[in-house]
Amino acid sequence: MKPIRLVIVAVGGQGNLLASSVLGEAALLAGVEVKMSEIHGMAQRGGVVESAIVFGDAKSTIISNGEADVLLGFEPSETLRALGKCNGNTVVITNLSPLPPFTVAIGRGVYPDIENVQGLIRSKVSRLVAFDAQALAKEAGNVLAVNMVLLGALIQAGIVPVSADHVRTAIKTRTKQEFLESNQKAFELGFAAAGQAL
Amino acid sequence: MHKLLSKDTGSQVLLLGNEAIARGAIEAGVRIASTYPGTPSSEISNNLFQVSQESDLYFQFSTNEKVALEVAAAAANSGVRSLAIMKHVGVNVAADALMTLAYVGVKGGLVIISADDPYMFSSQNEQDNRYYGKLSGLPILEPSSVAEAKEMIIEAFNISEALKEPVIFRTTTRINHSTGIVELKDITPPVLKGDFVKDPFNYVTVPAVSRKLHVKLLENIKKAESLSDNSPYNRISGSGSFGIVTNGVSFGYVSDALNDLDIKDKIKVFRVGFSHPMPREKILSFLKDLEKVLIVEEGEPYMEETIKAFAQEAGLTLSIRGKAENLFSRLYEFDPGTVRKVIADYFDIPYSPPETVDLSDIPEIPARPPNLCAGCSHRATFYEVKKAAEGTDTVCPTDIGCYTLGFLPPLSMGDFLICMGSSVGSGCGFSAVTDKKVISFIGDSTFFHAGIPGLINAVFNNHNLTLVILDNGTTAMTGHQPNPGVDMAALQFGGFGKVSIEQMVKACGVQHVEIIEPYKVKKSISAIKEALDFEGVSVVISREACALFAKGFKKKPSRAFHVSGKCKNHKDCINELACPAFFIDGEEVKIDPVQCTGCAVCAQVCPENAILPVKEA
Repeated sequence: MKPIRLVIVAVGGQGNLLASSVLGEAALLAGVEVKMSEIHGMAQRGGVVESAIVFGDAKSTIISNGEADVLLGFEPSETLRALGKCNGNTVVITNLSPLPPFTVAIGRGVYPDIENVQGLIRSKVSRLVAFDAQALAKEAGNVLAVNMVLLGALIQAGIVPVSADHVRTAIKTRTKQEFLESNQKAFELGFAAAGQAL
Repeated sequence: MHKLLSKDTGSQVLLLGNEAIARGAIEAGVRIASTYPGTPSSEISNNLFQVSQESDLYFQFSTNEKVALEVAAAAANSGVRSLAIMKHVGVNVAADALMTLAYVGVKGGLVIISADDPYMFSSQNEQDNRYYGKLSGLPILEPSSVAEAKEMIIEAFNISEALKEPVIFRTTTRINHSTGIVELKDITPPVLKGDFVKDPFNYVTVPAVSRKLHVKLLENIKKAESLSDNSPYNRISGSGSFGIVTNGVSFGYVSDALNDLDIKDKIKVFRVGFSHPMPREKILSFLKDLEKVLIVEEGEPYMEETIKAFAQEAGLTLSIRGKAENLFSRLYEFDPGTVRKVIADYFDIPYSPPETVDLSDIPEIPARPPNLCAGCSHRATFYEVKKAAEGTDTVCPTDIGCYTLGFLPPLSMGDFLICMGSSVGSGCGFSAVTDKKVISFIGDSTFFHAGIPGLINAVFNNHNLTLVILDNGTTAMTGHQPNPGVDMAALQFGGFGKVSIEQMVKACGVQHVEIIEPYKVKKSISAIKEALDFEGVSVVISREACALFAKGFKKKPSRAFHVSGKCKNHKDCINELACPAFFIDGEEVKIDPVQCTGCAVCAQVCPENAILPVKEA
């Protein structure tokens, strides 16, 4: 299978690594070769956490600039920061709910205008799916389920070679029992929302 | 049952590289593992620590890497399979033991994991530890994938036992922190009981013994060279008149590039997995029919230099290149795109790189640097030291841990750092030749690791310095591993001792010791002042649990604080403390109640006493 390359960017604490692990498990269930890499040394200290997931016949576990087929952003300014990973054919899926970095909170930086961010991204890539994933996570009953909402949107976009059912199974085995119901609901809400946004 | 103890032989599971390495060691029948934690190796140890709670594995967090290696060396010489785990710079700490252990050798297999960190994602340098193979004479194995790492570490134990020498298992961050599909195999039960047979004329390395042992080591290097020549980990694939020699994760980037460029029939690839000693005969027969060769290796030109020397001795004159201005860099890590481009350039293959998007009109995106956590006790201590030292000309050597981040503004406490423990040793040097007041910072785990000799040195040589020991009761940066100062009984682990930092410091001969609770700002500042005023060596132990670690144990979260109407917008809280729980909303300073841990330090800093606990609902 021709490789499909997915980059996920998030802020430490947003559950990027759990989302990656669910996707990896889903690929294993689907019988798709999968490799992932992550940089998470400073994850708990508020830094950026980036994962690369390569599906199909490739040996590399990292993704060079311009080579992502899909960019999944958990935070809009981080999606924008990672745009160098994209090319004209990349599909970008992003949460629109901002988590301004501390530098902005103390007045040492300006957070980019969200409308402007969307316009910029849309003009450069093949497709942008953008929505407020945090609102849907709240609706699902767990504000921390942003990762599952975005997984739903990713699967709806249809580029990564795993089915919604494989992900549903992986959510059952890879996420904590006490959050299972809200995670499942969050996944379905994201899946539906991206369907409307397409 | 821990997932790495699964008996589900033949099943395919998704594992992090470090989990795969741990599983491989378990399958190999490892009896004892020792470590000092360090990124990117830490998850190997964390998993083995958990596994040791429910299996025959003996595991320990040692005080430092040298001790870890000595523990493993003794166990291996008692006949059991042993594993010592460390990051690349940890091998420097263990190097004294390593170099002569190579003379002495082992009986049971001993594998030393060196987790290198190209690009320095979490390290102070990006040294290439393959040179430790050359320096010590020991064999080095290097996997190219997560799945291979699991298989290869088993072979590393076998090679160690065949040669009766330790084997260095070298990984890079992209092996340790990559995830891949791994097939589980049977777990070999470990040999449980070791026995040490006295043989002082081979074990006690006085000069006469070592002269004999060095001869043995050279013989073993010869044997290792033959193993390397015949190793399935040194393998050739493809065909053509061009050649590539590569190792580690670069092999994956090369394979993908040859596919992308559709030149698998033009280029032969030599993947080196047994990289010390280099496989001389196999390399020479590979070079023989080639026109030109490219060496694809991250880090230093380790293989390139060796292969050029082989070629020179054999009278081969083909072009062999690797590190050069227009080819590969010695800096940082590689990526698939860079490797593809250099291969295309070097071998004149037509190639159009993928079109990246135009980033010229992207607005500046505010940085998101890592930060001390909300409520981190280190922030309080740094603030207090800064206040206590106001008006004094200081130099503040710091050390390795979360608290290194204190060097960032606005705290700006951290002036010099080279390695674990250097805060104290370098503090002695600064006090000897400058007129500045030396204030050194070190964490509890780092103090045990490498700070104590420096402190004794300061006392003995009568330096004028204040050492601030930031005792948060854990090894926080690498993921909250225990250290000798931790009360393990309180964490529900039996069978551990405890070393008191206070008693240790006093036993080192320090005459002035202050113990502070950093959340009590005024009291702490005045205690620190006393310590700073003391002529000679003084120590401040700042004791407060790591806020992030403590979160996991608290039944009821503390009450958050809020900024009340009394605020007159001095912004001391933001400008001097910079706790990430603060944010500015329009003109108003606010506190995020979710992030606030209720430490109350900001409330004591506010000149208007405007920061108050949130009223209970």
